[in-house]
Order: sequence, then structure tokens, then C-alpha cells
Amino acid sequence: MSENKVAAPAKKLRFMPQLAGRPYLGLSLTLAVIVIMILWPLVTGKDITRETVFTILLSVTLASSLNILLGYTGYVSFGHVVFFGLGGYVGFYLLAIQGWSLWMAMLAGGLSSALLAYLLGRAILRLRGAYFALATIGINEAMRAFINNFKPFGGPIGMTLNFQVYRDYGGASQALWMVFYTMGALTLLAVTVSFFVRTSKFGLGLLAIREDEDAAEVMGVVAPKAKTWAYVLSAIFPGIIGVLFFFKNGSIEPAPAFRLHFSIETIVMVMLGGQGTVLGPVVGSGLYQGIRGYLLTSAIFKNIQLAVAGGLLLLIVLFVPDGVIGWLRHRFPFLRRVLQ
Amino acid sequence: MILQVEGVGKQFGGLQALLDVTFDLPAGQILGLIGPNGAGKTTLFNCINGVYAPSAGRVIFRGEDVTASKTYDMAHRGLARTHQIVRPLNELTVRENVTVGACFGREGHTLGKASQIADEVLAFVELSDRHDQLAGSLNVGQKKRLEMARALAAQPYLLLLDEVLAGLNPSEISRMVDIVKRIRDERSVTIIMIEHVMHAVMNVSDRIIVLDYGEQIAEGSPEEVANNPKVIEAYLGDPELAEQLLNE
Amino acid sequence: MDFILASVIDGLLLGFVYGVAAMGLTLIWGVMNVINLSHGPIIALGMFGVYLIFGAFSLNPYVAILIVAVLGLVLGVAIYYVAVQRVINAPHLSTLLATFSVNMIIIGLGTAIFSASPRNVEFSLGSLTLGPITLLGTRVVAAFAAMLVAGALYLFLYRTRYGRYIRAVANNRDAAELMGVPSNRILALSFGLGTMLAAIAGGLIATFFPFTILAGGAYELKSFVIGVLGGLGNPIGALFGGLILGVLEGIIPTFMPTTWVPVVEFLLFVLILLVRPQGLFGAKS
Repeated sequence: MSENKVAAPAKKLRFMPQLAGRPYLGLSLTLAVIVIMILWPLVTGKDITRETVFTILLSVTLASSLNILLGYTGYVSFGHVVFFGLGGYVGFYLLAIQGWSLWMAMLAGGLSSALLAYLLGRAILRLRGAYFALATIGINEAMRAFINNFKPFGGPIGMTLNFQVYRDYGGASQALWMVFYTMGALTLLAVTVSFFVRTSKFGLGLLAIREDEDAAEVMGVVAPKAKTWAYVLSAIFPGIIGVLFFFKNGSIEPAPAFRLHFSIETIVMVMLGGQGTVLGPVVGSGLYQGIRGYLLTSAIFKNIQLAVAGGLLLLIVLFVPDGVIGWLRHRFPFLRRVLQ
Repeated sequence: MILQVEGVGKQFGGLQALLDVTFDLPAGQILGLIGPNGAGKTTLFNCINGVYAPSAGRVIFRGEDVTASKTYDMAHRGLARTHQIVRPLNELTVRENVTVGACFGREGHTLGKASQIADEVLAFVELSDRHDQLAGSLNVGQKKRLEMARALAAQPYLLLLDEVLAGLNPSEISRMVDIVKRIRDERSVTIIMIEHVMHAVMNVSDRIIVLDYGEQIAEGSPEEVANNPKVIEAYLGDPELAEQLLNE
Repeated sequence: MDFILASVIDGLLLGFVYGVAAMGLTLIWGVMNVINLSHGPIIALGMFGVYLIFGAFSLNPYVAILIVAVLGLVLGVAIYYVAVQRVINAPHLSTLLATFSVNMIIIGLGTAIFSASPRNVEFSLGSLTLGPITLLGTRVVAAFAAMLVAGALYLFLYRTRYGRYIRAVANNRDAAELMGVPSNRILALSFGLGTMLAAIAGGLIATFFPFTILAGGAYELKSFVIGVLGGLGNPIGALFGGLILGVLEGIIPTFMPTTWVPVVEFLLFVLILLVRPQGLFGAKS
């Protein structure tokens, strides 16, 4: 029966010229947008620009990662922040208590999130639709409550970083720039991974699962395996940048690390830009943070920014469910080559 | 024998959907599976390709016991099927749909090779001009052919066709019947087809099995089955079909 | 031993109120397969409704709850027509986000108007002493009120025409429509009933706990746990689920720190989703 053996699911990520038009054009466009964002603070030379761009890059990375599960595979993870929080905590513990370097701590953060996703994935990815969404909320809340009681991680007080640590990275202000560029590099990497997943055979299997999981299995897609790997891939970057974020922050506590609202904001960004596209989460994150920044600083909306954001979200969900990129692709099919 | 079904039964709660179905299928044949609505035909398909685990009996595919295998395992082993109610991957293009079949089916091709196969298969089922369209935007007849193309792209040994003629107009039916014959002749794929359109199934099948209330009530050549009194009786509950059958 | 008994009874009383909140969530899920993520803020609005009516008109809080219930019904029907109706057949993500946007709107406006500072309803019914056990009067009344609400819902669903319509739509919307049930209006009514129950639960909680506009979030999460425990879509199961959660909350602190309560709750929640997604009492009644 050797002829029946099936090739292992896409180890090599190949692009699909026939299927996607000219995909590298789409990737280049997306990466160019991000590079311009990274260079922007250099142009203005202001710390405030750097902080704004940092927030956007963080969002882009989280949104692009989530998109692998939400947009490509069709599983709504409401508690995705659990990977950001757990990775952040593990890395922060290694940095602050065990004296590891930032790089090793980031690696450990990413790996621990990936491991959690792998273990969870085998179990909860059997659930479909709203049941899966609820389970992810439950896991995030359970994790937060657990960390709240976990003494080595400082319980409800969390942990703080000794200021001396920044000296290894050229002092506090130098470290902020280094963190910024590291964030930029990770964003480029996360988006590239998202692109190669989207255009690979593995990605095609995910899309098939999204459209009709049972039919996909009948065609030979090993859904339990593919879904688990999609979940793992979507957890790695949140884990890594969790470490980076809390390193920059100088302290970590359960509430900000596992904030459910943060998860849902990420979903909104993916939706806003267009789920299932590579460029969508990038555009969505930029738009969302832009709108949020405007509302927070505007005299009229400052106090009710959350309500206005809610109203906008409702309008998008009701009238533009495909998001900006999805809408453009639908409206102008010739743009599909560049807007991926 | 490409497929041996030995005493397969399936029970849902108190309902016996299938009881002791047994048959052998040699390679290269077209086997017609007929019977009134609710006779258990689709349930039998589901037991063969792993959607359900049978409550009793064994399924042997190409010499191996595959009873209660997963659907994707069956796909990898070289079994493909279509669905009675079409299940296109709506937001993917026609070509992407077919590529899924080639990528994850028996051969597990790489994307590049798979999309070549997709193009070839789309030409075979005469859907090439639609390759760039989203699958959700096809009409019913086209969706049926898409299902067929997806299954063929997997390059299966055995193909299960579940009412591919239902809902088609007469010209589409003759086109489809022609495709089914060519699948066996040109691609040497063995076929089991569930069908209600009697003249078509009588015309293409080498052999026919009749199910009624989950039981196998007749088996034989189209002529034998058509003249079997038990079959005619079974169809009397369904006057329209009985009349059709008697007119053949 | 007395201490444990007191904790259990206290938990049971609270459990009835949790149950009412969860019934609201699970009713909406059962009828239209929508997880209402604006559930928490509506519970909070119920709290503030009682607080404001009590403060402004010095009305008895239980009378205030009646008014809050009607307002909750109207609000729910409005939310259904504005936010839910259009996406009722869309993938789950759409309804989740649509109701979450309502959550953001309520919380956003609520924080702007009421700030996030804690309030409480200055109302007391004294306490009831039964041997070694002392119970807060407001909690006892709340539990009885909750039982009354649960009973009324049961009668409504099983003894009235509109109740039958709701069950028919929950069972099979298309078939119900073919039978002449105005399904869209029934969906709106069901959503309204769900939010009404949430608002009532909020009002009852306000009589014995202090609260802020953000307080509903915790009860929303509890409602998820209870809903899954009792079987999503099964309102009567939700009442029992509420009792189980209430008792757990009463008992756990007697042998481990209180902060472990949510860990146990949410692990139980995930476990039940995995092992018995239809809940302990079956999914739909």
C-alpha cells in the first residue's frame, strides 16, 4: 500500500502562482507599508511617534497571528490574549528572577505559548462555533485566576524589573529604541509567516476547513492536525511580543496580561481590515489605532470614546463584514493581485 | 475486489438505518445503488467512507479492513465521494476547490502539480471557463460538476457518487451520464452511484443493488433488478418512481 | 460544620439570583444561537436602574425592579432590531461582535455618565437567624424573587401562546415560520426576555452588593459558566447550574483561599465544554 502513503502536510511552503495571481507583489506591498511605519519615528524624531508606531506594530503582529486561526481557519478565538499573557509572564519571570537575556526570554515566551496552544488545541479545537469561542474565554479567565494565585509569578502583585537590567541594553532610553526595532522586525516576520501560510498547501487546507470542515476531511484534509498547527502558529508571536511588551513596561500584573478586552480589540482589527487576507490585519490595526487615538484626544469624543468605537464596530459588522480589504477585493476584482 | 462490504449495519438510537448489507465490488465496474427515499443509501456511503462508524460488519477496501476509519484516511487510501446536497467551498474559487481535492487526496500532490491536475479535471467536466469564479456563485448543475471534479482530482480508485443527477435538466443529465461513463472508461475508476433517475442508472450501471428500509432486497444486472417483484413492490410506496420503473 | 452549612445556604440563595441571570443568557442562545456579549452591561444597567429609581423616588427596590424589568424588555427588543436582526443568520463571529459592540456602547456611555465609582442601594431588611445560621434579609427575598421569576418564565414558556411560539422558533425556525409563527417578532421578544432576566438579576444583586457600571462583567462570565453547566439553551438547567455555582462559591472558601474560586469555576467550565458540551441537564429543553 506504499502508493497510498500521503505526503506529509506541507513541510515546504510553496506559493501558488496559478491560484493567487502574483502573490509576491502583495507581500512586498504589505511589507513596504510596515517598513514605512517603522521608519516614521526616525523622520519625525519624536518619542511620541515611536510610541504610537510601537502600539500599531504590536497590534499588527497580534492581529496577523490571530488571523491565521480566525481568518484562514475560521475558528473564533476570543481569549487569544492568553498567549500574550502567558508568554509575557514566562519570559518576564526568566528575565527578572532568573536573569536570562531578553532574547532567550522572548524565545522561551514564544515556545511556552506554542506549547500551551498545542496542548489546548488537541482538546478544544474539537469544539465548533460559539462553543470554541466560549472555551477560549474560559481558558483565559482560568489562566488569569491561576496566575493571580501563583506565588512564583508574584500572585496578584505580579513582578517588576530591576531598572539595572536596562543597562545591559545601553541604558533605558537606548533600550526603548532597541525594543522598537525588535518589534518592527518581529512584525515583518509575523506578516511574512502569515503570507506563506496563506499561499501554502497547508493554508489551502485551512481555508477548506474554514469553508466546510466535514467536506474538507472527506477530501483528505487532516483537520485535527491542521487546526492544531494553525493554533500553534497563531500563538507563537503573541507569546514572543508579550515578553517584549512587558520588558518595555518594566512590570507585569495579571489584569493587563490577560485582559479579555484586549483580545476582542484584536478581533475587531482583523475584522476591520478584512479577515482571511494578509494585508487586512495590517490595515485594520492601523485604522483601529488611528481612530482610537483620535477619539481619545478629541475634545468631543474623549469621554465617550468607547461608545463611539462600539458604534463604529456595529456599523462595520452590519454593513462591511468583509472589512476594508475584503470590500475592495470584492468591489474591484482586478485589485486581487496586489491586495492579498 | 476493490471493495468488500460484509454484513454492515447501522443503528441510530432505536432506528435501524442499515441491516446486514453485504456485497463485493470488482475493480472497473459501475455499481448502481437504488431504493426509495430513506432506504439507507446515503447511510451506506457514510459507513463506507468513514462519516459514520458502522454498528456491525466490516468494510474492506483494497484488501485492508478500513471499518470505522476517519474520512480523511479513506481519502488518502483512494476513496472519493460527492455529496447529495452539494458542499462547495463557497469563498474559494472553482480551481482552488479542485486543487484541494488533488492536494489532500490519494497522491497528496504539491500545490503546483495539484493545480495542473485541477485544470485538467476542470476541462474534463467542462468547467474550465469558470475556474476563476467563486464556487458559491455557480448554479446547481455547475456545482454538481464541481463536486465531481473535486473528487476526481484526488485520483481515487473508488468514487462514490451520491445523486449527481438530482436537480439537473434533461440535457444536463445526458451530459453528466456521459461524464460518468468516461470516468470509468478513460480513468479506470470504479464507481458506486446512488441515483433516482432510473433510466440513467439502468443505462450506465453494470450491476445494481436495491435497498429498502435499510435491507438489501435485490442485487443483479439492471434487467434482473427491474423485473424483480420485490423491487417493484418496494417502489409502490413511491408511486411516481414505480411508474417510471415500470415504463423502462 | 455550622460554618459550612451557613456558607452553603448563603451560596444557594445567591445561586438563585445567578440562575436568573444565566437563564437570560441561555434563553437567547437556545432560541437564536446567539451568545449575548452585552449581557454583563445589561446586568449593570439593572443595578443602576434600581439605584436611580430608589434614589430619585424612594420607591421600594422590589417595585423598582418591576420597572427595571419592563425597561430591560424594551431595551432588549431594541437591541435585537438594531444590532442582531441583520446578522442573525451570519457566522457566529458577526453576532458575537454585534452584541459586543452594544457592550462597548453601554459601558462607554455608562462610564461617562456614572463614572466607575462604586454605588450601593441603602436598603436593608435586617437579618434572619435560624439557630446558628444568620441570613441577610435582602438575600432571602432575592432568592424568593428569583424563584418566582423562574416559575413565571416556565409558565410563560409552557402555558402561553407566545411561549409556545418561542419554543417552536427555538426548535426549528423555518418550520415555525411555515406554521405561521411571526419568527422575527418572536426572536425580538426572546431577546427582550433574555435581557429582562439579566436586568432583574442585576436589580436583585444591587439590593445586597455594592456595584459599579463595570460590575456586570463578572456576572456575565458567571452566566457563561452556569449556562454551560446547565446546558446552553436550557433555562431550567440554568437555574440548577446557578445553584451549583452558588454552592461551590459557598463551599470552596471553607477549605482554600477565596482567590482560588475563579480558577475552579473556569476549569470546571472548560472541562464541561470538553466532556459534556450539552451540559449536565441537556442542551435544549
